[in-house]
Amino acid sequence: MTRLKADSRHAVRFSLNGKPVEGEAEPRMLLSDFLRHQLGATGTHVGCEHGVCGACTVIVDGMLTRSCLTLAAQVDGCELRTVEGLAPSADRLGVLQQAFRRNHALQCGFCTAGILMSLDHYLAKNPAPTEAEIRDLLSGHICRCTGYTPIIKAALEAAAELTSAKKETSDA
Amino acid sequence: MKPPAFDYLRAESVGDVLDGLAQQGGDARVLAGGQSLMAMLNMRLAKPKLLIDIMRINELRRIEREGETVVIGAGVRQADLLAWPKLSEALPLVALALPWVGHMQTRSRGTICGSLAHADPSAEMPLALVALGGEVLLRSARRRRRVAAKDFFAGMMLTARADDELIEGISLPIVKGARVAFREVARRHGDFAIVACAAMRTQSGVRLAVGGVADVPTARDWPKLEGSALDDALNAFAYELGARDDVHATARYRRDLVRMIGRDLIGEVLQ
Ligand SMILES: Cc1cc2nc3c(=O)[nH]c(=O)nc-3n(C[C@@H](O)[C@H](O)[C@H](O)COP(=O)(O)OP(=O)(O)OC[C@H]3O[C@@H](n4cnc5c(N)ncnc54)[C@H](O)[C@@H]3O)c2cc1C
Ligand code: FES
Ligand code: FES
Repeated sequence: MTRLKADSRHAVRFSLNGKPVEGEAEPRMLLSDFLRHQLGATGTHVGCEHGVCGACTVIVDGMLTRSCLTLAAQVDGCELRTVEGLAPSADRLGVLQQAFRRNHALQCGFCTAGILMSLDHYLAKNPAPTEAEIRDLLSGHICRCTGYTPIIKAALEAAAELTSAKKETSDA
Repeated sequence: MKPPAFDYLRAESVGDVLDGLAQQGGDARVLAGGQSLMAMLNMRLAKPKLLIDIMRINELRRIEREGETVVIGAGVRQADLLAWPKLSEALPLVALALPWVGHMQTRSRGTICGSLAHADPSAEMPLALVALGGEVLLRSARRRRRVAAKDFFAGMMLTARADDELIEGISLPIVKGARVAFREVARRHGDFAIVACAAMRTQSGVRLAVGGVADVPTARDWPKLEGSALDDALNAFAYELGARDDVHATARYRRDLVRMIGRDLIGEVLQ
């Protein structure tokens, strides 16, 4: 049992996109703020701070997670993935990111990091999604720019591309 | 906004939770999936002095058949229950209602018991508990007790749980070969229900449970009714629920939905 006192800062350590990170946080510090302000990982955005908009969505131990509804203290020892971990290298976008770019699935980009995390997580488990399934997944996000249609198109295109890439590697 | 200051206790056993609740009482809050509590803290609608995180307690993560019931522990997330292979067979009503609880991104963290503790009048899991006639398993350092669904919900976001009690789990009856139906109307899928209804064929007739209208989910049993007798019964029930106007819908619209969905679902389960 660990009890962290309200008025002091406590060490928080976890793995972020495969690398160990650590910082200090009061118990009340949100994971979204810890990522952005303590670790400088500003790819994760903050929209509403009450779980509705989905901009802050990250992956904690394989679970889609609103970082604004999570305390930094809660993820001590966990494995986190954020949008910074999606690109295979600093100068190359991943398949899903490229599909977003081709289809204009982002305009201002405020919602994008969260949506990419949801889709990345979902496509890994459901390689051949239907449009209805993508729409259902997107109900957990708000985008004020695109009208969603290009996001759905990008998601389906990326799914198809990822599946055919897998086939090629397994045929070879 | 940001949450107010509180101590954070990472409980490793049920004993840790019960001690914390006994010492701090009404100033302590259990932190389960955080999908309702954290939003309330961010908006400063709640100002607890202590949060007790129960999600690292393995013994609370059980989904088990016990005789003719299924026991679901406080650590079971909504996504865990949806992924339980026996769900549609053992708890078909829950299988229908659970996908309506929030979004995939909130079901991944939110728990079944947290939804019951939160007791939102529009929430689907309290409705399912009442429709099925389940029980809530409460435990404090002093005692253990079981409370029937209809006695558990006391009002809007109010339950029979005392400040020092943990909802350790719930018990839902397995109704063999039950015919069940569920339907909800909300602004968007994933929003809280304007009206949600669950119907179940019973030995003597039919049960209809309604959420989103009264302060608590409410069930009503009828013998097999048809035609205008059914319409009259549904109309009386719709009025008894005491619908109110709010930003989402008028009282009249809610009554309409109870009558219409009620008739459809009862038709479905009696077919
Ligand atoms: C965008 C969004 C949409 C949503 N839509 C819906 C919806 O359509 N339908 C719906 O029903 N819900 C909805 N919810 C809420 C749902 O996701 C929550 O999971 C649920 O209400 C609370 O469960 P939790 O495990 O997250 O509990 P928490 O948020 O951790 O806790 C909620 C309350 O219950 C208490 N509590 C939790 N567990 C226990 C326990 N074992 N013993 C005693 N007290 C306990 C806490 O102290 C707190 O007061 C939505 C949430 C969000 C963010
Ligand atoms: S900032 Fe977390 S959901 Fe909007
Ligand atoms: S691109 Fe602007 S909110 Fe989605």
